[in-house]
Formats: sequence, C-alpha cells, structure tokens
Amino acid sequence: MLLSMRWIGDFVDFSGLDKKALIHNFTLSTAEVEDIIVKGEDTYGVVVAKVLSVENHPNSKKLHLLKVDQGDKVVDIVCGAPNVREGMLVALATEGGSVSGHKITKATVAGFDSYGMCCSEAELGISDDNSGIWDIERDLPEGVALGTDIKEIFDIDDIIFEVDNKSLTNRPDLWSHYGIAREFATIISRPLKPLTLASLDEYKDLPAVAVDVKATETVWRYSAIKVENIKRKLSPANMRIRLYYCGSRAINFLADLTNYVMMEVGQPMHAFDNRKVDRIEVQTFDAPFEFETLDGTVRKMDESMMMITSGDVPVAVAGIMGGEQSKIEDDTDSLLLESATFDGVSVRKTSTRLGLRTDASQRYEKMLDPELCHVATARLLSLLFECDGGAKVISSFTDVYVNKYPTITLEFDKRYVDRYTGIDIDTDTIVRTLTGLGFGVKRDGESFTVTVPSWRATKDVTIKADIIEEITRIYGYDNFEIFTSHSALAPVRKEVQKSEEDRMKDLLVKAYRFHEVHSYIWSDDAKNRELGIATPENVRVINAQTPDHSVLRVSMIPTLLYMVKENKAYRDEFGIFEIGHVVEGLKADGLCNEQKKLGCVLYSKSASEEELFLRARDAVCELVGDILHKSCVFESAECDYDFEHPKNSFDVLVEGKKVGFLSVPHPVVLANIDKKCAVAFFELNTAAFASVEPGLNKYAEPSKYPAIDIDMTFVCNSSEVVFGRVVEAAGAAADGLLDGVKSRGIYVDENGTEALTLRFSFVSKEKTLSKQELAPTTEKVAKALAEIGLSIKA
Amino acid sequence: MKERIEQLSGEFAAALGKATDAKSLEELRIEYLGKKGHVAELMKGLRDVADKKAAGQLINSFKTEVEAKLTEATEALERAAVEAQVRGAKKYNPSLIAERELGSYHPITLVSREVEAVFESMGFTIEDYAEIVGDYECFEALNIPKHHPARDMQDTYYLDNGQLLKTHTSAAQNAIMKKYGAPLRAIFPGRCFRNESTDACHENTFFQMEGMMIGEDISISNLIYFMKTMLSEVFNRDVKVRLRPGFFPFVEPGFELDINCEICGGKGCPSCKNSGWLELCPCGMIHPNVLRDGGIDIEKYSGFAFGLGLTRLAMMKYGVKDIRDFNSGSLRALSQFKSL
Repeated sequence: MLLSMRWIGDFVDFSGLDKKALIHNFTLSTAEVEDIIVKGEDTYGVVVAKVLSVENHPNSKKLHLLKVDQGDKVVDIVCGAPNVREGMLVALATEGGSVSGHKITKATVAGFDSYGMCCSEAELGISDDNSGIWDIERDLPEGVALGTDIKEIFDIDDIIFEVDNKSLTNRPDLWSHYGIAREFATIISRPLKPLTLASLDEYKDLPAVAVDVKATETVWRYSAIKVENIKRKLSPANMRIRLYYCGSRAINFLADLTNYVMMEVGQPMHAFDNRKVDRIEVQTFDAPFEFETLDGTVRKMDESMMMITSGDVPVAVAGIMGGEQSKIEDDTDSLLLESATFDGVSVRKTSTRLGLRTDASQRYEKMLDPELCHVATARLLSLLFECDGGAKVISSFTDVYVNKYPTITLEFDKRYVDRYTGIDIDTDTIVRTLTGLGFGVKRDGESFTVTVPSWRATKDVTIKADIIEEITRIYGYDNFEIFTSHSALAPVRKEVQKSEEDRMKDLLVKAYRFHEVHSYIWSDDAKNRELGIATPENVRVINAQTPDHSVLRVSMIPTLLYMVKENKAYRDEFGIFEIGHVVEGLKADGLCNEQKKLGCVLYSKSASEEELFLRARDAVCELVGDILHKSCVFESAECDYDFEHPKNSFDVLVEGKKVGFLSVPHPVVLANIDKKCAVAFFELNTAAFASVEPGLNKYAEPSKYPAIDIDMTFVCNSSEVVFGRVVEAAGAAADGLLDGVKSRGIYVDENGTEALTLRFSFVSKEKTLSKQELAPTTEKVAKALAEIGLSIKA
Repeated sequence: MKERIEQLSGEFAAALGKATDAKSLEELRIEYLGKKGHVAELMKGLRDVADKKAAGQLINSFKTEVEAKLTEATEALERAAVEAQVRGAKKYNPSLIAERELGSYHPITLVSREVEAVFESMGFTIEDYAEIVGDYECFEALNIPKHHPARDMQDTYYLDNGQLLKTHTSAAQNAIMKKYGAPLRAIFPGRCFRNESTDACHENTFFQMEGMMIGEDISISNLIYFMKTMLSEVFNRDVKVRLRPGFFPFVEPGFELDINCEICGGKGCPSCKNSGWLELCPCGMIHPNVLRDGGIDIEKYSGFAFGLGLTRLAMMKYGVKDIRDFNSGSLRALSQFKSL
C-alpha cells in the first residue's frame, strides 16, 4: 500500500521533524516500509503562465510558436501540444528549471528558439495524462498571479512510502491514512487531529432509503444515504494528485471521492447512480447467474456469493465490485451512497472464487470496524460540500446495524508488563502509549483497565498479551535492555534416532565416500516410467503441481536410481544416499504410516554387479556394527518392490528383526539406467534400526599363544551358504577355540561342482596348539557344518 | 719375510685399485685372507723365521690392513650402489590430478549441524518430527483458526486422507510441549512444504529450524538476548539484531528479526535491499493460546519461539543462487560440500 506523508500530515503535525527518519521509525514500531519515493524533488522552476499568442510553425504541422507570459517576462516557446490555444493558462517550466529531472535550457527547436516548456500532467509526474498540456485554469484558485510557482498551489512535493500489505493483515485500521497517522502521532507523541465530518443528524427527518438486509449472517452493518444535484465532474487537482501518488487513478469526481475516503479512513464505499438504484437488498441467490462488473467483465456467480440488489436485480458483488449497469456515468448527478461492513470471510471466499481482488475486498478481508460506516459517510459528505456547494442530501442516513462487536475490556497490572517484557517501562509511558493509540485507559495505582477501540476490536486485540505488543512496539525494541534468563541448568536430552542418523551419514560420507542428496516426498511418476518402475499406489497429494507428483513415495530407492542415471555421465563410480521420510500406506487409524528411511545406491562402470553388491553389503554391516555394535544377517526374501532383482533381494536382519533390505536392480530397470554398468542398493528403516538396543563394546583379551590355521574344503552351492550361520555353527562346535573364519575362495571344476575352501583360525588362551591336539575339534566343526549342508570334499 | 709382506702389500694395493665390484673384492678377500690365502701362507712361513714375535706382528698388521681396506672398499661400493639406486629412482609428481574423490554431505546437513551445535551448547535438545501432520498441529494448535488469512499466506499440500504436508516447523510446537512440558528448550529442524511453482528463489520443499524456550518469566528481553547470542555464534561475528513488529498468529507479540548486513557493513547494498539489514527470522513470545493448547500453565510460564530458514541460511552461507540445486541430486553441485 502506498501512503502519502503530506496526506498523513493533514492529521499530524510533522513540523520540525525529519520525515524520512519518521518513516524508518514506522518500520520499527508498526509495519515494514518497503520503499520510500520522494515526489516533486526533481521538478522546480515551473510557474503559472499565460499563452498570449499561438502561431503555426512554418515547416511543421505539429509545432506551434508561442508567446508566453511567465509573470516577469514574455518568452518564446516552441510547443507540440495539440490542445494549446491562445489565452490558455499553463504550467510553464522556465529556463533553468527542471521537470521530473529533465533540465530546462534554451533550445532551438526546428529552427526556432524556445525558452521553456509547457508541461503535461504526465510530464510533471502527477497523472498519466499525456494527451496534451495541463489546462491549469480549471484547477487554479482565484487570484493567482502569473509567475507563481505551481508547487505553492499544488501538492506536487510529497514523500510516498510503500508498506508491505502482508505486514498489515492483522491491522484493518492501518489500511488508511488516518489509521497510519494515529501510529505516527503516538510514535512522536503529538496529537492526532480529528477528521472534518459533516453532521448526519441534520438529515434524520428526511425519508429513509429502502434497505433490506436479508443476508444477516454475513453483514455487520449496511448504511446508505442519497444525494442529488451534484454538478462537479472533475476532482480538485490536489485530490487527483494524492490518488495518483497512492497508486490509484482519477476517474471522475464521484468515483474519486469514494476512493479518496476509502484511502483516508479505510472504509470502502460505493456510489450507485440513483437513477438506476434507489432501493437496496443484500442477499444471495438460489441458482448461479451471470453478472457484468464495472470493469466490463461478465462473471459467473454462484449461490454462495453475497450480492447487492435493487428490486432483486443484482447491482454489485457485495464488498468487491459494483455492476456495469449501475455505475456512475458522466451525466450522473444524484447518487445512492453505500457505506457497509461485510463479513471478511465471505468476501474473501467470493473474491478467491471470482479471482477478483479489489481495494475494497482486500480491506473487508481484514475484518473492518463497522463503526467506520458512519465516519466514512460523514467524511465523504464534508468533502463533497467543500467541492460542490450545491449538492443536496435527500434521504436520512439509513443505518441497518445487524451485528455489533462486543466492547473488549482488559485488565492487567504493571507486574504483568514487567514480567512479560523483562524490563521496567514506567506507568506514564504505558498510559501515554495506549491513550495515543485510542485505547480507553483507567489506572488505579499499578493496575490498568483498558478498553479496546472499535477499530482494534474486530479480531486484532483480544487478550492481555496483545496489549504488551502495543506498549513495547511504541517503546521501541531497540531501546530494550537485554538479559539472559534465570533458567535452571538441565542436561540436554538426546534423541537416539536422530543421533544414529547423524552417524549413518558420517560413516557413509567418510568411510565410503558416498554423497548425500535430497529429493522430494512424492514419487515422480514420469521418472519411474522412464526407469520401468510402476509407482506403487499410496497416499495421494490432492493438489499436486503436476499429476506425476501426486503419489507419496514408499521407498527412497526409485528417486535415487533416477539420480544415478542423471549423474552417470559425469562419474565412473559413486554412491549416493538420502535419509528421508516415506509413507507406507495408512495405519489403522487412517493416518499416514510415515517412516524414515536411509536409501543408498551404488553405481560403477568398472566393478561387477557382484562386487558392487558386496560393497553395499559391507556398508550395511558396518553401519550395524559401528552404530549398534551388533552383526546383521541377510536372508533371501521375496521382493518388496518391482525394481528389485527377484533373485537377489535380501532382508537385513538384526537380532531377528528386519531393519531393511539389500538388493540389485531388476534387469529391466538396470537396462533403463545404463546397459553397461553395475548398480546395487540398500534401504534401512531408521526407526527400526534405533529400536535395537546397541550392544556394549566388549573387550576380549588376546591370547598370548600363536593361532593355528586349518583349511577345509567343502562341496556346496556357494550362493546358498549363509556365512553368518557357518561362523556361528563352527564357533559353537569348536570348544571355544575358534578365533576366526576366512573364505579362501571357491573353485568350480569342469563338471560345475563348486568347492569352497574356508580357513579356520584356532587359538587357545592356555597353550600353543598343535594340529594333533586340534583334530577332535576340527572333526566336530566339520560335523556341525555338514549338518547345515557343507560336507567336506573327499 | 718383511720383503715378502711389502711385496704382497704392493700387489694388494694394485689389485684393490682394480677391483670395482663385489665379486672381485670377494675374490681378493679369498686370495689374501682365505684358508689358502697369502696371509695363511705367511703364517705357515713363520716357523722358518727366527724372530717369530716381530714377524708375527708384521703379519698381523698386514692382515688387519687388508681387512680394513677390503671393508672400506666394500662399504664404498655399497654406498655407490645406494647412490646409484637413488639417482636412478623415479621422481614422483605430487601435483598429479587426484582420482579418489571424498564423499560429501548435503549442504543442509552441514548448516543444520552447525546451528544444532550452537543450540546444543546452550542446553537445547534437538527434536525430530513428522513431515505429515494434521490440520490441528499445523494450524489449529497454533492459533490459526479456519478462514484465518494466515492460511492464505501458505498454500498447503493436502493429502487424500485428510492430512497435509507440514507448511512450517511450528507444526511440531504442540507435540513437543506435550512431550516435555515446561521448562523446555528445544530446536527442531525439519522439512516443510508449500504448494508453489519453483524457480531460482522458490522451492515447494525446503528446510526450517524452529526453536522454543519456555520457562518461568521468560521475557522479550530474554528473547532478544538469546537471539543475538545465538546468531552471533551461528554467523561467527558479533551480529546486531533489530526487531520489527511482525504478525504471526502463534506469537504475541510477534517480530521480524533482522541482522545487520555484513556485505555492506550497514551502508546498504543490493543484498540487503539498501536497508543495511537482512530479514532473517520471524520470532516472538509464544501466544498464550498456543501454550495452553500445549498443556503449559500460562500463569506460571511464558516462552519465545523462532524459525530459522535453514535452506535460506545455506544459500547465504555458500552463495548458492538457485534454490533448486538443493533437491537436484546433481553431484556436480552437491559433491562440493565435503565437511563443515
């Protein structure tokens, strides 16, 4: 929202103060100022002048040669404006002056000397009218001498500042110059001048306007008054300049007047042509219909939308925009003036549905103060009479006050303020601040009873803490002394899952040199299709940006596989991982079964798939070993997902509990990534992982005696061997002497029979073992292994 | 005898001068010191000498001289061999382009850890929270009733089961208050979602870090103190903070907190939109309704809350211009973040 300091200056005396510094203080005390624009600064030396004569230029159809009286002398001017005429009063930029930064010097135009420039309103920056030069006579007060600086007459000099609308969402009272002036007055501790208002009481005996509010749920107040015999068509220049500086556009006197009052007091008003609208109903309709708004657009209306009607004919969308049929025309001289408070939620819904946000609807959305209806009407009439003495009110101020906000009274004491602020703000400051902002304040010693002004009571100020804000923001947060708190010391609580996730990242980054990535919580169906993965049905996002992103992911792996595909052109070998949230359908209570998972994918152009698979296996083992001090078991399992290789999918078990899976891609998926590469992946559920109680780091004293290695070769199907089981079984059978087992390799003979050689390390804590002594033990080991399918090769 | 020794000595010196490798030295050693060598032969000739003692000494000193010279020559030869080995060795080039690449953390992880460490050192517990929440956690419990314009500010992703993707980390406030009660100091980093189209400055998926401190008599003065101290640690400089009124339904009073712009030193530059201040984080005193909904006794306790944009912080810290790089999965971008 754009605000004019000159306009605000109508209500607060800024004399002797630096206005830019004040605007800075406004940012700190009220709302963020996004921009400050100084108007008129680069325009000077422009005077009221009279065109004495107009001659056509000999060689140009457009140009004219003028003699212009600028007060102290008559000068030659070459002018291209189509509307220039003899006797016209103009704004003349004199030699040595400046117009919007453009310096005026003597110039030769098409062979003739010119000593200045006749200005258009657009050139002066006071409107966007560039159709001709400013015909200033109609805007001049009587008795202005030629040569008078136009800045003495017109409000060209101003400081405009822009406040971020978002920072005013909770402050309906600040959508007006008067409301902003109240803030300034309080910040600088100067009085706020009252608005000049017409007395509406004078008309109470006139006939009422026929007003029938049917939509009582969504209307707080509807007031109307009729005025006739309005002759003025053009708004006063200063009103036009203010409207233009504040981002509006002068249309005609009556439309400008309603806009001006809205910007001044914050109350949207609507002027209906009284010839077309002489009674009012506020209602909704039972069926959809079409309605042409005054911007010339035909809109589809529905049953939820509150309309202003006249004899049941729609004439305006309540609180948003009037209708084309009943708008003010050039010949309108009587009007029915609406000043109403509509419900913010209703206006917002209609506005959203129509895709139509207006200055009026924006204000209604914020929940306006219904008391403003009366103020705005009285203010408008005052301005109207000032500009057009012949205007005549022909009805009473008809006021249907449907719903009133309750008066809010809050009680608190100084101790409460001290506790909440942490500093000592004296009672006088508290009283002065609240009074300045319009609160009714009663003080009894250190206790306060405060009445919230109507313009703050629609939703904004409801509790004691809101009062604290009023006091402290005016006091100034920069003026706060700051202190640490007196809280007791307590140990910091640690979340196991979070710290384990941190350790997972460390291990994968530092020991495996993998890269951490982030992706999205939804599946990307387009990318899945490209990889040949069917996106599993899951909870859906209703309002996704694209249908491809509407299903939530159940596994981290598909996105990571796609990232592998995107990165493979730049690297021959890498691993990527992400710890993120997934959804495994719904729980029994209908809520999402949200899980957190570590997904990790390895890629290599040179390693075999089996090598890569084993590297992934190592990573899983080390994560479990490092973080949980436990070992894990891999069990061949049915695939959970279609992107896994049906033969090479393994559950990862820790203490019999599944914590994740390890797999390689389905050949179809792999081919879609790259035909000549290897990929392997695993996924761990970090909550399941964290639910395992970590083992203790136990110390086993090393034996002082040497170990003895014994190799045994078994006939077996090596891919079926569960090595964890082998070590377990051998250990259980080895009389406590087994120190370790290593694989020495697999030999496949010409018949395809596999022979697996294992090296068993035995050691005793008491003595050096000999092969003979060990014979009974190795026999037991062999027997135990035969029982789980490993028979000694003959 | 003496003549013979002198003769041998001369011959030895000549032979030694010609011996240039280990093999000829060994042959020389055998010729003079071997069982059938010249020294043994001299010893044999001793029995024919009258003054055995003097002759014996002469032989011994000759033997010692031969041994010493042989050792010296051998050592010289070994030294030369080592020197030749050194000279002939390959010279390595440490500037060869390294092929092994370090792993990398996601920049959000790094920034989050840095901030977490600061808060941990000040006694804050670090909490994790769901990404999918209900209307209650995200709005109702934060004093944002239905139809409140604040719900307009954030376009929410709704799910077909009625839940939604959390739009801000504040959605965890209620649960964490209920989990711990007062007094309480906690931060909770997390991923948030807003339904908007993405461009270099906008992402629908981004990270925030929320913090809360609740205790007896926690005041606005405390809030400013803590924010200033924490941010000075995070930015590793003595930051100046500035509070402006800001409207958030879950705090009262609410603030926008700015820090002084380091790039221009407060004079004004494009980074701070010429104001000398950078808008950094919304914060405020927790609204009594929010405390009450979290089961906190509002007569006894008060508190403050703040929200840091982790993604934005990472962009500032690392000079990332395009927010979309974070979720791109592109290792060309992300592999640069090796460690804190």
